Amino acid sequence: MADFSNPEVVQEEVDILIIGGGMASCGAAYEVVRWAEAAKAETGVDLKIKLVDKAAIDRSGAVAQGLSAINTYIGDTQDPADYARMVSNDLMGITRDDLTYDCGRHVDDSVHMFEEWGLPIWKTDENGERHDGAQGMTPLKDGGKCVRSGKWQIMINGESYKWIVAEAAKKALGLDRIQERVFIVHLINDKNDPNRIAGAAGFSVRENKVYIYKAKAILLAAGGCVNIFRPRSVGEGQGRVWYAVWNAGSTYAMAAEAGAELTMMENRFVPARFKDGYGPVGTWFLLFKAQATNAFGEAYMAKNKDMLNDYPPYGQAAVPASCLRNHLMLHEMQEGRGPIWMDTITALAKMRKKLTPREVKNLEAEAWEDFLDMSVGQCGIWVGENVDPGKKKSELMPTEPYLLGSHSGCCGMWVSGPTDVGAPTKEEYSGVPAHLPSGWSWGYRSMTTVKGLFTAGDGVGASGHKFSSGSHAEGRIAAKGMVKYCLDNKGFKPEFNETPEQIAEVIWKPVRNYLEFKDYTTAIDVNPNYITPKMLQFRLQKIMDEYVAGIATYYKTNNVMLDIAEEKLGFLKEDAQKMRAKDLHELLRAWENYHRILTAEAHMKHIQFREESRYPGFYYRMDKNFVDEKNWHCFVNSIYDKKTHTWTCFKRKHVDLVDKSKLFKAAAH
Amino acid sequence: MPTYVRTDKCDGCKGQDKTACMYICPHDLMKLDKDGSETGHAMKAFNQEPDQCWECYSCVKICPQQAIEVRHYADIVPLGGSVQPLRGSDSIMWTIKFRNGTLKRFKFPIRTTPEGSIDPYAGKPMPKIADIEKPGFFTKGYAKGYRAGNPAELIRK
Ligand SMILES: Cc1cc2nc3c(=O)[nH]c(=O)nc-3n(C[C@H](O)[C@H](O)[C@H](O)COP(=O)(O)OP(=O)(O)OC[C@H]3O[C@@H](n4cnc5c(N)ncnc54)[C@H](O)[C@@H]3O)c2cc1C
Ligand code: SF4
Ligand code: SF4
Repeated sequence: MADFSNPEVVQEEVDILIIGGGMASCGAAYEVVRWAEAAKAETGVDLKIKLVDKAAIDRSGAVAQGLSAINTYIGDTQDPADYARMVSNDLMGITRDDLTYDCGRHVDDSVHMFEEWGLPIWKTDENGERHDGAQGMTPLKDGGKCVRSGKWQIMINGESYKWIVAEAAKKALGLDRIQERVFIVHLINDKNDPNRIAGAAGFSVRENKVYIYKAKAILLAAGGCVNIFRPRSVGEGQGRVWYAVWNAGSTYAMAAEAGAELTMMENRFVPARFKDGYGPVGTWFLLFKAQATNAFGEAYMAKNKDMLNDYPPYGQAAVPASCLRNHLMLHEMQEGRGPIWMDTITALAKMRKKLTPREVKNLEAEAWEDFLDMSVGQCGIWVGENVDPGKKKSELMPTEPYLLGSHSGCCGMWVSGPTDVGAPTKEEYSGVPAHLPSGWSWGYRSMTTVKGLFTAGDGVGASGHKFSSGSHAEGRIAAKGMVKYCLDNKGFKPEFNETPEQIAEVIWKPVRNYLEFKDYTTAIDVNPNYITPKMLQFRLQKIMDEYVAGIATYYKTNNVMLDIAEEKLGFLKEDAQKMRAKDLHELLRAWENYHRILTAEAHMKHIQFREESRYPGFYYRMDKNFVDEKNWHCFVNSIYDKKTHTWTCFKRKHVDLVDKSKLFKAAAH
Repeated sequence: MPTYVRTDKCDGCKGQDKTACMYICPHDLMKLDKDGSETGHAMKAFNQEPDQCWECYSCVKICPQQAIEVRHYADIVPLGGSVQPLRGSDSIMWTIKFRNGTLKRFKFPIRTTPEGSIDPYAGKPMPKIADIEKPGFFTKGYAKGYRAGNPAELIRK
């Protein structure tokens, strides 16, 4: 009988393994089953498919709580090229147009399917009045008019967004192809070709079981990374980070250990949100046209406008890059003119004058729904502090940094793009390790530089701004690539170097550490032979916060601080071998934090390598406090060697596939 | 604002092998205390790591007994307010109580189709493997969401 000291090992062999059940994976599930059916009908090949998630896919990932807007919807009047341009500028010029363009031309298909499945999407009637999504008006697919809260965003009643999208994915797959509550710890490379993927292994957080999957193709889509930096709240409220607290960098860490090329890991996202609850600001800025001011009511975006000219051309677009908007806000705070206010009072007063009486009646509900649909915690703060947004302004605050590739961030893996949009077919820079591909496409769409390993959503780097809908679409794009890969590699039989027992032992090490040493001391948490996952996380957060441009230093670092961080992270990585797990829940925390450490290290190494400050407002390297277009208008990529535990960073040339000059007005000097 | 479970309402999901709150929490926080050894309340659930709670309300919304509520983070928020949902099949009702006693109620739609009714491939075309490397999903002609784009915008093509 399996028990805590002796887990059962469950082995399964499939063709396609999907890791994660978030937006990207739900998209992949929907698309992959249909193409697999076509493959079976046409070629007789019956593909075995499995999806694993650490949680329950009805409410897993960043959309667990719901959302109040779909942030990427192109519509029929904008061009995918406009979208690629916007993404590029928001990420300071270094994105891959092939990937963003491809996401842009596919994304609306997913949105139309969401609406068919039952997601309520707000509509505008012929008089220009807006209605919630339950009014049975013409669907978008048939020409219905959405309510735009911004150029790319549309409003929804999205409390059940994930529930609905997961239902479609579950129905597509069937329940026996879904394994919930299994946390994947690492990927396994093929015995005969170390640059090919052969499987993955993890454990159940409910039963004493290790799961080992052999697979020809794997979609690794386990979201982004939170909690590598010390959060602003360190007491009971430390769970209230902006980004979904359960995404622990598994995507980046497991990809790195498998040898996949990462890109733009120096990028981070520091959203400016309502203070403490981290409630969304998009609706307030875009739909309600609210203004942010300093303590004394000055509109700092206008007042500090000239500071944008320090960063041409990115500061000069109609909508300056997100990081630069933070840059202007941080200036006010550091000059002692904080706090920053969102002027909800004036905004609501103006809206009341502009709207029809029916719309005014709904206005208050709309404002609350924005939080209730996606950040209930913000309402908690408003009720606790008696905030009526029509009468009392609220503070804004930039958060601790997060790493992600699908929201306003662009870290992730380097993936094979579409071939029909003019992407480079060779690399012009030297210094790229010889075994890596040279152009932007190497056979299978969405495949990483490791054969058979695919990714989507937060896993795809050098793009960004896909959000929920674009991540779903990217999962669908990757699904097609995986089916094609499996059909072309029918004869491939994945094999492991390690025995199942060896694989299980590695995963169970934190339990072994605990069982072996627990009786050495009287206090279970204080023991020289092991470290609790919680302390491991605190140490990581302290290092990152104090040396790698966290909130403690107002997002500032320099080369000396980075060197110190490197040494300290080295110790931490060694100590991770001594993680303890006193139960399955703690085993989950142990491996989450291991993934965090590797992700943090990648972030630090990339910042160290890029000798400039590409994202002012997100981080500053004070020894190189400028944007250097001449030397650093390029991608920074890296690979990790799991045997030597070392990183290699290198440059890849950046190329525009769409003309960016349309975005910029002439610099106003 | 971590969740808490009311002793007077939780019935441990009637002793089923998995409780609704354990099933749903994306962060593995809710736990059933089978023998009462962890909380003093046998067969009732509790939040085993309140400082990791995202306040996503997934457990609150799913609990069949309305036993889960939220006490806003004590290190941030003054006591006395509450935000409580009642999630139905097509809408959600929120009751919001301010510290000063003000009450508000909101009702929002959550879906336009009956739960469980999605028939994912009904009426959708079957793709051809010959098209697998071309842009577009199997729903391309159906969902009318594929935006081909103006070729003139691609400057290197
Ligand atoms: C606070 C917030 C607000 C947002 N607001 C909006 C918005 O208004 N509109 C919009 O369109 N988009 C919004 N987004 C963006 C959107 O949520 C993401 O772009 C999208 O969810 C990314 O999809 P994904 O599949 O890559 O990751 P996720 O959806 O996060 O899914 C990751 C999945 O991986 C699983 N997982 C993680 N680690 C492991 C592991 N080791 N083993 C197994 N499974 C694992 C998780 O349980 C989860 O199911 C928001 C995101 C956040 C965080
Ligand atoms: S879902 Fe509700 S009733 Fe069931 S165990 Fe959890 S708290 Fe108790
Ligand atoms: S609110 Fe969310 S994170 Fe907190 S216990 Fe409930 S399901 Fe888990």
